[in-house]
Amino acid sequence: MFEAIFLQFLNGLDKGSAYALIALGLTLVFGTLGVVNFAHGALFMLGAFCAVLFRQLLTLETVTIDPTQLSPWGAPLEVRAPLVQAWFGDFGAVLVNYSVPFSIILTIPVMLVVGIAFERGIIKHFYKRPHAEQILVTFGLAIVAQEIIKSIFGANPIPQPMPEAARGAADIGIWLGMQANVITYPIWRLIYFLFAGVIIGGVFAFLQFTTFGMVVRAGMADRETVGLLGINIDRRFTIMFGLASVVAGLAGVMYTPLLPPNYHMGMDFLVLSFVVVVVGGMGSLPGAVAAGFLLGILQSFASMTQVKAIVPGIDQVIIYLVAVIILLVRPRGLMGRRGVMEA
Amino acid sequence: MLAMPRKDLILFLGFAAAVLAMPIWLQPFGAAYPDLLNRFAIFAIFAVGFNILFGLTGYLSFGHAAFFGVGSYAAVWSFKLLSMDAVPALLFAVIISGLFALAIGFLSLRRSGIYFSILTLAFAQMSYNLAYSVFTPITNGETGLQLSLNDKRYLDRMFFEAGPGLPSPTLFGVTLNGYVAFYFCAFFLIATFFIAQRVTGSPLGMMLKGIKSNQTRMNYTGVNTRPYTLAAFVISGMYAGLAGALLAITDPLAGAERMQWTASGEVVLMTILGGAGTLVGPVIGAWLIKYFENIFSAINDNILTQFWGFLPEGAQHAAVLISSKFVGEGWFLTLGLVFVLIVVFLPGGVMEGVRRIAALFRPKNPDSADAGTASTKPQPAE
Repeated sequence: MFEAIFLQFLNGLDKGSAYALIALGLTLVFGTLGVVNFAHGALFMLGAFCAVLFRQLLTLETVTIDPTQLSPWGAPLEVRAPLVQAWFGDFGAVLVNYSVPFSIILTIPVMLVVGIAFERGIIKHFYKRPHAEQILVTFGLAIVAQEIIKSIFGANPIPQPMPEAARGAADIGIWLGMQANVITYPIWRLIYFLFAGVIIGGVFAFLQFTTFGMVVRAGMADRETVGLLGINIDRRFTIMFGLASVVAGLAGVMYTPLLPPNYHMGMDFLVLSFVVVVVGGMGSLPGAVAAGFLLGILQSFASMTQVKAIVPGIDQVIIYLVAVIILLVRPRGLMGRRGVMEA
Repeated sequence: MLAMPRKDLILFLGFAAAVLAMPIWLQPFGAAYPDLLNRFAIFAIFAVGFNILFGLTGYLSFGHAAFFGVGSYAAVWSFKLLSMDAVPALLFAVIISGLFALAIGFLSLRRSGIYFSILTLAFAQMSYNLAYSVFTPITNGETGLQLSLNDKRYLDRMFFEAGPGLPSPTLFGVTLNGYVAFYFCAFFLIATFFIAQRVTGSPLGMMLKGIKSNQTRMNYTGVNTRPYTLAAFVISGMYAGLAGALLAITDPLAGAERMQWTASGEVVLMTILGGAGTLVGPVIGAWLIKYFENIFSAINDNILTQFWGFLPEGAQHAAVLISSKFVGEGWFLTLGLVFVLIVVFLPGGVMEGVRRIAALFRPKNPDSADAGTASTKPQPAE
């Protein structure tokens, strides 16, 4: 029984990591700019498609027809040679194998530019407008983003293979001194969890230990005073929006081997991550992270057969149920500050 | 009805005439066939109802599709269990969705702003997920709820024997299809428009507008606002249920995807596009979206090539390539772009655009132009 519970706990971690990363970005945007960003899921999706694009670029091939050889059905044999391999040799093969982690290099600048363009182009005009209008405009942006992706990459999910070394499962039970094959866990999910830990730690360290982060935190607490001190807080907040979209994008990139990306994956995650943000407390970064993991784990426990036998269908609604209860009983969320959005 | 202010009466009669004459004046637009007209009427009802909540009180619900779906399910169940007549189906659907809205509204309206949006979204997603999984005996899961040959139809059986094949919905024995179905839907559109008009002008409507402009002040004046918002929520939920039932009457099946949050998003788009807070706006928004959905989805590369035929060869090719991304499968991209532009530049929707254009043509100095009626207008200085 302990093993089963521990396994479900682990299973919740990878989904929880994704929720936590998306919710972290959402909270960064809300905490700094005060904007309710319904396009954040679209940023997650854009990140995932950065990985797709990167792999498609890597696997560009030259097709030459070799008339001396025949394919099994009699036509001249087509010889396909990946360009990367032709240029870089073995390193090219490694590059293709590790395309998902390597696509981070492409994702960071792309998402930074996309995020800043979003903020400067549209969202900047909505600071003073009511939350309802912010929801509407970002909702529209999300539709636009996902339709553009759909028209480029098609409507079907595009599976992304994980590096060969990360396939298969790790036997965590042995590490903990248990017998072999009691608790095994896919390696890539473990990597995703560690990756999320690094990103979350990085964001917190950035906010905590750098001058830039200090100014941003001061701006979150009292934007006007920071502005009066002669600091261009708007520019820093714009960069924070870029950072939040990078976090969302990276979360999407690393998630692609777990879930083949399709154009509406952002929307699917968005609804859940909003729930996560609300449960954690609007504007609270630790709350968003904690609630992300908490809900991921809760969801995974709810999908146990034993639990489903008691309450049928609980796995489908558990997250929403928790959100409804939290919102009704404690609207500022688990770790929200008193008085923030407590209406 | 005769006690209505003259302006309202003219608006109502004009609206009724426009709706009833839709098969005629939509002819040049290629939209005058019953299937599309039905959807015009049905989604207009949905949007008018949504506007009673969002337009009047400012509470943005992202879960109204749940009521729409519940209305559809209730109507189909009425067809299966009671009778193929439309009247019990409508009654049943409106009552069930009203009760459903009462329960959800009672809980959701404890919060406002974004929390309200998320609460309604959470409830709608819950209903959607449950309809797909646990409630499969009621909703028939992914297949969707349909009529079948061994349905009971107790009420019908009391009066006559079952005919061969699947029956279609009727109204007192008249089969509801083609233009009969359209005028049936149109009747409800006009009736619900009338009700919405009366609600807007009533003390309840005044109260709702007060809540929108400043709820805190309303509370300080000693008004408990929640019963009013709850009333608006339930009314708009019943509208959604009615629309869902009408959709089930014109095509007797119901699926869970009607409850998905994208469907809730669609009615939000319709209302904003037309103009939230106005009476006619949501109707126009619904018509525009349904019309362009129909027209844009049907455009293919051949039509585009003809359209850009006046351009030289290369430019024509490029123009076809670019514009094909915005039509057919990609029509939702156009909708998204238009929607963003509307929210950014024209938050009042089409109705505000009409008002701005009308203001351009009006004489600059209103006092001199209509001095006779100026005295009846409220003076800003008072």
